[in-house]
Amino acid sequence: MLLIHCPYCEEDRSELEFRWAGEAHIARPENIAAISDEEFAEYFFLRNNEKGLTYERWRHIHGCGRFFNAARDTVSDRFLTTYKAGMPKQLLPETGASEKTVETYEATEGDAR
Amino acid sequence: MRRYSVFAVAREAMRAHKGWEAQWTSPEPRSSYDVIIVGAGGHGLGAAYYLAKEHGITNVAVIEKGWLGGGNTGRNTTIIRSNYLYEESMDIYEHSLKLWEGLSQDLNYNVMYSPRGVMMLSHNTHDMQSFKRHINANRLYGIDNEWLTPEQAKAYVPPLDIAKTARYPINGAALQRRGGTARHDAVAWGYARAASDRGVHIIQNCEVTGIRRGPNGEVLGVETSKGFIGAQKIGVSAAGHSSVVMEMAGVRVPLHSTPLQALVSEPLKPIFPCVVMSNTVHAYISQSDKGELVIGAGTDQYNSYSQTGGLQIITHTLDAICELFPIFRRVKMMRQWGGITDNTPDRSPIQGVTPVPGLFVNCGWGTGGFKATPGSANLFAHLIAKGEPHRLAAGLTLDRFRTGRLIDEAAAAAVAH
Repeated sequence: MLLIHCPYCEEDRSELEFRWAGEAHIARPENIAAISDEEFAEYFFLRNNEKGLTYERWRHIHGCGRFFNAARDTVSDRFLTTYKAGMPKQLLPETGASEKTVETYEATEGDAR
Repeated sequence: MRRYSVFAVAREAMRAHKGWEAQWTSPEPRSSYDVIIVGAGGHGLGAAYYLAKEHGITNVAVIEKGWLGGGNTGRNTTIIRSNYLYEESMDIYEHSLKLWEGLSQDLNYNVMYSPRGVMMLSHNTHDMQSFKRHINANRLYGIDNEWLTPEQAKAYVPPLDIAKTARYPINGAALQRRGGTARHDAVAWGYARAASDRGVHIIQNCEVTGIRRGPNGEVLGVETSKGFIGAQKIGVSAAGHSSVVMEMAGVRVPLHSTPLQALVSEPLKPIFPCVVMSNTVHAYISQSDKGELVIGAGTDQYNSYSQTGGLQIITHTLDAICELFPIFRRVKMMRQWGGITDNTPDRSPIQGVTPVPGLFVNCGWGTGGFKATPGSANLFAHLIAKGEPHRLAAGLTLDRFRTGRLIDEAAAAAVAH
């Protein structure tokens, strides 16, 4: 189970309190009725699905209820940072996909704060 | 290739089993092939086999980054059924089920296909209406599926708790008797052996790192950890890593890769006669021929390539199993693992041509690809050989996300798939 830092509550909380909400920083086209089918498919269906550094939205659904953004490594599942919705993309160096996964222990959950 | 038979077993028994030969060869790659298939799982190996057998294309290589059958082919819960709702789905899964029925004979390899029945439990009025709609759609299409009362379900699966006071009461069940299980490793090995016998090269421990393209955009071959290998056609069948491989050719596919977990118990004597699934409380369970209870859990909610998953996902499934089958409450679980599933927005697979000439894709099988192995492989081989999809797979195109003609099994099948 992931341990996620909510940037609004400023606390590390269990994944059970959160709902994943897909790729971050996707702008809805302003002229959605006018765009082509290709552009709509791009906006609506196509996602990066990165192996490595990914930017994604989470919602603290059983906490403050707010959406925020996160940068995470999809191979290790390690969160690199979380930041409030509306803030610009937090550019981070591409870590490169590492095959090592991260174990989570109760001990680290206890003093994560 | 020496055929397997009862006489071969008797002959080898007489000479201390010294005459068995390697099931497939491991050659060094040639400089180029007619067709390269990326991914040596059941779908990829099967496609190579059918290319050789049905289309006479034997200059084929299957390239695998890890070991043969080590991805989702070796990580699933081996459930086989074809009782889907939409015609596009029924076409391909029923084609697959028919191939399962003769697969051991076709490959001369015992894939242990066991049509022991797949039962889907109904817990409420919505389930009942939805399942009866499935049953009617299936029967009109010539696919077996039938409705059972709780008592009939209990008679078929004695460990089932059908008490009205149960935590998850049961008001009926849908049963596909031709559904069942097969031995997942044997499927990969059987296809590998039969394909290798027909001249297909199986190249393991060779990671594809790039797809080289010519001046007109057509594919020229693949860059790998063993150097460049040329190809006229490339078929990508890389399951959870399909979007990573397709990105090498500049093609974006609408996939989310998420971990899906399964687990097995300690071995028990035969107690569980079929496969039981419950979509509503998310549990599915069967018993392997070794005696282990094979239990499928859910996917994690986020994208990941970690081949592991959250513990809460497993405990959620075991909660449901213990309520449905109280007899299993004290059974110990022995092993747990995860695989990376490639999920499309409509939860139906993608098999078809791509905008890149010579590049074909077979992906998006999500959490239900094992049952489709022979059918998918057979139709993927047709696609690669002819350059256009077979009639039975014509609706599974990548283009459907542009046209909007989705096959929305996501709504039809709920979670378990």
